[in-house]
Amino acid sequence: MAAMSTTSKKRPKYLNLIKIKLPIAGIASILHRVSGVGLFLMLPLLVWLLELSLRSPESFEAMKQVAAHPLLKLILIGLLWALLHHFCMGIRILLIDMHIGVDRLQASSSAKMVLAVSLPLTLIVGAKLW
Amino acid sequence: MVNRKLVGAHYGLLDWLVQRTTGVVMAAYTVIVAYALTQGVGSSYERWLAFMSSTPMRFISFLCVVSLCWHAWIGVRDTWMDYVQPAGIKLTLHVLTVLSVIGCGGWAVQILWRL
Repeated sequence: MAAMSTTSKKRPKYLNLIKIKLPIAGIASILHRVSGVGLFLMLPLLVWLLELSLRSPESFEAMKQVAAHPLLKLILIGLLWALLHHFCMGIRILLIDMHIGVDRLQASSSAKMVLAVSLPLTLIVGAKLW
Repeated sequence: MVNRKLVGAHYGLLDWLVQRTTGVVMAAYTVIVAYALTQGVGSSYERWLAFMSSTPMRFISFLCVVSLCWHAWIGVRDTWMDYVQPAGIKLTLHVLTVLSVIGCGGWAVQILWRL
């Protein structure tokens, strides 16, 4: 009877973002998405900064001034984290594609590694730039 | 014989391959630029301009822009597909994503073009 009830359990048609409880690999994975969307949304800002940095010596200085604004610094550090997390997770995904670290234990420890690298690196590089 | 319904869609292999290839291109670009920055290419406008307008950088910067646009399109599109159910809103978001990716890509290419 127990087996019957598990097989007939109603499965959700799509993920309920509020009810779902994620393991560490899931957290790293959803952060991959969040960081990707964040980078996408801030793309115009980044292209604008690139343009300022290359147009003329004056605009190069202007870019530095813009980037020194506290609000922009905060955004840029957020984007720095997004880049680092996306970078580390990307390498993890490529390794898993090559069948390296596929089993659950390894997958969760590599997810921890991604967080253990990207978060401190953000703080270190962020502190240097600040 | 493989018996499956043909619905006019491709089955994700191209997207999978593109996402990996463009990811590797951008990862390599990130490492190169980060390394160059530690060597001081960002210390003055002249050095930054010289670095970015060098022949190898013109080549890989363009590759990186194209990779970024393609990668962002696939990633963001998949995100909309997973979380946005109403077809009208989803379609609108897809169109806005394409437009903004193409716009940003073109803008970035123009910046590189002027170097």
